[in-house]
Parts: sequence; C-alpha cells; structure tokens
Amino acid sequence: MTGIKEKPDTEKQDLTDHIAQSQIWKSIFRHGFTDTQRNRVLQMTAGFLLHTRPVRVWTHGIRLRYTWGAGGLTFLMYVVACITGIVLMFYYRPVPEYAYADMKYLKFDIPFGMFLRNMHRWSAHAMVILVLVHMLRVFLTGSYKKPREFNWVIGVCLLTLTLLLSFTGYLLPWDQLAMWAVTVGTNMARATPFVGHEGPFAEFLPFISPSFDARSFLLGGTLVGPGTLLRFYVLHCVVLPVVTTFLVFVHFYRIRKDGGISGPMKALEEES
Amino acid sequence: MPDTPCTANEASANKPPCSPCCEKPAHLWGRRDVLVGLGWFTVLTGLLASGAGFVRFMFPKVLFEPSNTFKAGYPWEYSVGAVDSRWIRDQRCWIIREPTGIYALSATCTHLGCTPVWLSTEDKFKCPCHGSGFHRDGVNYEGPAPRALERFKIYLADDGQIVVDKGKKFIFEKGGWNNPEGFLVV
Repeated sequence: MTGIKEKPDTEKQDLTDHIAQSQIWKSIFRHGFTDTQRNRVLQMTAGFLLHTRPVRVWTHGIRLRYTWGAGGLTFLMYVVACITGIVLMFYYRPVPEYAYADMKYLKFDIPFGMFLRNMHRWSAHAMVILVLVHMLRVFLTGSYKKPREFNWVIGVCLLTLTLLLSFTGYLLPWDQLAMWAVTVGTNMARATPFVGHEGPFAEFLPFISPSFDARSFLLGGTLVGPGTLLRFYVLHCVVLPVVTTFLVFVHFYRIRKDGGISGPMKALEEES
Repeated sequence: MPDTPCTANEASANKPPCSPCCEKPAHLWGRRDVLVGLGWFTVLTGLLASGAGFVRFMFPKVLFEPSNTFKAGYPWEYSVGAVDSRWIRDQRCWIIREPTGIYALSATCTHLGCTPVWLSTEDKFKCPCHGSGFHRDGVNYEGPAPRALERFKIYLADDGQIVVDKGKKFIFEKGGWNNPEGFLVV
C-alpha cells in the first residue's frame, strides 16, 4: 500500500473509534466490536433490536437454492405493504361518501399516489404467493418437524392472517368488485355452526337471528354497508397488522431458539 | 441417612436431614390460597365480562337499513304470466303473477348471493357470477346453486295494495312453498 492511500484510512479509523468510544454510542450498543465468540453473542442478545436474530447462521442457511429466500421475501413484502399502507392512510377516509372518491383522488390527483397504491396492492399479492412458496419449501425440507413444530403452527396462523389482511383490504376501494366480493365472502358466515343464522344447530340458540350472528358481527348490520367499511378498515389497518407483527417476531425468535434455519442432515453434521 | 424422602444433593451438603417439604399443610385452603384464588377469580371474571360486553358492543340496537317490507302496488298492475322486474333495483325481488295468484321471488342467488337476471327469451333466471340457472318458479336446474330461490311473505294491505315482507322467507327444500303466506291468491 502507498502512503497516500493509507492516510485517509487512518483518519477514517480514528473517526470510527471516536464514535464507537463515545458515551452515546456505548450507552446504546453496550458491547464493542471485539471479535470474540462471547462478544458476538452479547451483541445479539443484550439489545432488544437484534435479539430476534440468530447469533450465527448455518452456511446452508444462506444458500438460495436451499431456502429460496421465500420467508425473508414475504417479510419484505409485509414491510413494503405496511409502509405504503401508512402513507395511503393520509388520504383515504373509510366512509361510503368518500372512500371511492379518495381512491380515485389518490390514483389521479396525488403525486405518486397511483404508484403507492399499486405498490401496496402488488406487495400484498406477492406476499400471499410468497407465503405459500415459503410453506412449500418448509414442507419439502421437512423443517416443520421437531423441534420446529410450534414455529410451523405460528406460520399457519400467519398464513391465515395474511389471507385475512387481503380480504379486509379488498373492500376498501368501495367499488362494485369490493362490494360483491365481500357480500359473497361474508355470506359464508351465515352457515357457521351455532353462531350463523342459517348454519347447523342455530335453531337450538333462539337469540341467533339475521341481525345477531357471525355475519352481522362482521358486517355491523345485515348488509354490506357503512358499518362494514369501517369495521374492515379498523381490522385492516390496526387489529390484523398488530397481531401479524407480533407473531412475525415470535416466528423469527423461534427460528433462533430452534437452532437456526433447518438443514440437510449431512450439512448439519459437517458444520457442527 | 435417616429415612427422609429428600433425594437431591443433600447428602453432600452439611444440612440436617430435611422433611418439612413433605409434610401436609395444616389446612386444605390456606389464607394465601384463598387470596390468590380470589385474585384470579376477579381477573378472569373481569376478562369474561368485558369479552361478553365487547361482543354485545358490536351489535348496534338501531340499524340504519331499509325496511324489510314494501308496498308493491295493486294486483291488477301485474299481467298474468309475466315475471315483473320493476322492483329489482330497489328491493331485489321479482313479482310473478300466475293465473291463480301472485308470489314474490328473492333475487338473491342461493349459491353465493349475487343478483340473477331474468332472461325472458330463455324463460329463466340466470346468475351472472357463476352461471346458476333457475326456472320461473325459482327452482334451480343448472350451475352451482344448491337450492331454489327463496320466496317472500306476500299479503294484501287494507288499501288493497300488495305488501312484500322480505324478513320472512319461504324455502322450497323445507316445504316452505306450501305455506299460504308465500302465495297471494287473487
């Protein structure tokens, strides 16, 4: 190396040291960069932000041909949908008088509005597909087996939540497609055993009626109306994302706790 | 060692032989047990009550929805043998006049709830969503619809007009079409 090249490196090193040795940095990150096994573990486990991540990953775990990266991509799609969704909320009003008009307003009169709406829409579609791809990979590699059974269960819950997020988001444009899709979708709730007014065994519960059953619980009435739009909006923007985010991080934490990404027995033997 | 049931590493420790851990408590329900039980009871009752309250909260006592009944004009306004679609847009209901009387047919497909259309040239109701077909009396004969269209309660008001009550449905498969309330004899 020449002297000319070394000089800026040294300055850079000094600056990095200066920052890393400052009280602010140390108060946040606690553990320095010392490259020891113990310090690596401490860096990941002592802080809140990194504790869901593994300390080390298996070599096979970063092989794209093995994992397909589908779980990570699903999470990426979820993050994209969350961010674009929050941005869309600045313009969208979930009442029948404005919902459709606001959707059109976003599409035609807001700079980047159509772009953001489509990002939200396509990331949601991609998320559904990628969840299924991820599940297929986990199934084919037998990664649902002990000790990962519980994480599979959490994954199934997350699949359901993904589908519910899609279904509740479907109503929000408040156009004919949305109206009828949700009419059809919620009509199935009529046939719920016990709590659907046309379902089996409902005749044994005298208080179950068209205006007091599983369907009207979802609709906020007996028709797809203003109450339905508001209910689906609250579910789509608050209830389901909160539950999903919580379970996503339990899912990630369990990967670490269950011994990292599963692998072929041969690879595991070679690496351990 | 004395005959104590303790098995952990006590032999190595310089402890007196222990046994209190195995003695039965003086009372079945100690004070602490009662208080802990009461605490859990309070918490669980509170959660159950607020859960039930939430369920009730989600069902409003007043709904701002259209009335179930509507007046459909006088019987002589409907020609014999015709399927009348004048109330489709507002009430989702066909009025059908036969030589013997009048019945009101629900325009809600029994497959998944779309609105079929009356095709007079083909003499059938056809659902645009998944292709279910129904005869003019409402009986299904093609497509995925699992049962016949429903009929509504129909009667004459004091002023001689037809009244249709969509809150009362008659289902063919349950023998409802034999009910005289579902067929207005004129």
